[in-house]
Amino acid sequence: MAAGVGKTYRMLQEGRQAQTEGRDVVIGYLEPHDRPETAALAEGIAVVPRLHAQHGTLELGEMDVDAVIRRSAELTLIDELAHTNAPGMRNEKRYQDIDDVLNAGIDVISTVNVQHLESLNDSIAELTDIRVRETFPDRILEEADEVVLVDLTPEALQKRMLAGKVYPKERAEVALQNFFRVEKLSALRELALREVAEDVGARRQSTVLDPLSTQAVAERVLVLVTPEPRSQRLLRRAWRSAERLGAELDALWVHKPGKPLTEEEQVSLAALRRLAIVLGAHFVEEEDGDLVGTVRRVVYERGSTYVFLGTPDERRWIEVVRGSLVSALVRDLPGIDIRVVANRADRKELRP
Amino acid sequence: MNALLVVLAVLVVALAAALVTLLVRRNRRPRRLPVNRGARRVLVAFSGRLDSTVVDAAIRIARADDAVLVPAYLLVVPLRYAEDSPLRDEVEIAMPLLEAVEHAALRAGVPVDARIEKGRTLTHALKRLWEVERFDRIIAPAPTNGHGGFTEKELAWVLTHAPAETVVLKPMPTAA
Repeated sequence: MAAGVGKTYRMLQEGRQAQTEGRDVVIGYLEPHDRPETAALAEGIAVVPRLHAQHGTLELGEMDVDAVIRRSAELTLIDELAHTNAPGMRNEKRYQDIDDVLNAGIDVISTVNVQHLESLNDSIAELTDIRVRETFPDRILEEADEVVLVDLTPEALQKRMLAGKVYPKERAEVALQNFFRVEKLSALRELALREVAEDVGARRQSTVLDPLSTQAVAERVLVLVTPEPRSQRLLRRAWRSAERLGAELDALWVHKPGKPLTEEEQVSLAALRRLAIVLGAHFVEEEDGDLVGTVRRVVYERGSTYVFLGTPDERRWIEVVRGSLVSALVRDLPGIDIRVVANRADRKELRP
Repeated sequence: MNALLVVLAVLVVALAAALVTLLVRRNRRPRRLPVNRGARRVLVAFSGRLDSTVVDAAIRIARADDAVLVPAYLLVVPLRYAEDSPLRDEVEIAMPLLEAVEHAALRAGVPVDARIEKGRTLTHALKRLWEVERFDRIIAPAPTNGHGGFTEKELAWVLTHAPAETVVLKPMPTAA
């Protein structure tokens, strides 16, 4: 979230835990920030010596990537993922060093503040009036096996600062007047929480979960659309329900193979895709002759809990001969709520 | 012989009854409003609010043209957001308005095909919509009592750039 919340400390705790489990752990780079508690926790974990680089009058200690790779521990702890290396180092950025270490088959635990995430750069500048220059690409977060949020309330962080646990006292006072004001820290905290929540959601979506775990998490709405005008309203109705449920929304169109779309259908389909973007829904297209089977598979893959569909346009005799679509869905999707959204045009036919 | 005639008569009566039942059932089945292939399309574009007199007039025009009414809510995406950002709050405003227009049109027997279109400005959103869809007539509402509708400048732009016959609807000042 921000400096001083305890990221390095948490990383070291994870390292120690791994060590007690018998894994070979080393510190590739540690930024102790002169914090005695952090230094104490690092004791007993082997450290790969730093490379010293001269930058003007400054002597900088950088991570020695080659030495880390040569040491070939099972797990390497590398602090400050967004750091920019001194000129002349193997890579310009530390996240590139970490890529190299990972490519060598070594697991890495690293730390980073939310304000360094590239996609949040503009929002952070707006919220804090500070443009963060050291950024890292979002793909790093996406590729991580696990993202752990180290959370601390703004008030608790300020207390830590006032107690001199983050920066020396004179520096802490200046920081509290600037970047570390409650409103800025609250905004950063919200961003960090949201980012991790989105990451968890994305992971859930990108992996095929077993049915038990899909049932354990939040609601997810799937709406079955077809390229025709009435699906606009159907998608909007499903969105409203998804909003009330606080659920993600997926729109599914199952295209029969070998059935080309008319010009009108192409226009309707494009309009549905645009509407899905406006609504923040995911538009899924599948080509399959088996509608019910495809819906079943998509429900399973995406962990849907609700299925919305429009009034099926079935003639009575088709319903008698082939069976009703709604009945088939109810039968094939046990434990899933199914809602049929009526066509408003039919309403005038309603008689008492 | 007589028995055979009786059986035949019963069969004919049963068949006729079944046929009538099927026809009655079929007639009772709710049907969607028919949309002719290649039907004319009348666009009524709006944002924020829509005067009911504009809705009525648009429905009358669509009905007279035997056309599909396309009510389009135009969303403006602020520059600080990417153009593909979902706009929840704006959509919340658009939803009931589109529902109301759809309901009114369907009550009047006019088929509807609603849209939500977005752009950096109202005219940008409008341009994007008519670039990808065909319209035979475009209805642009002017403000009523200074509220809603396109501004004078936007209306001038619509009249200059619209790819179809354009109707500017200005409700009576007292109508709002």
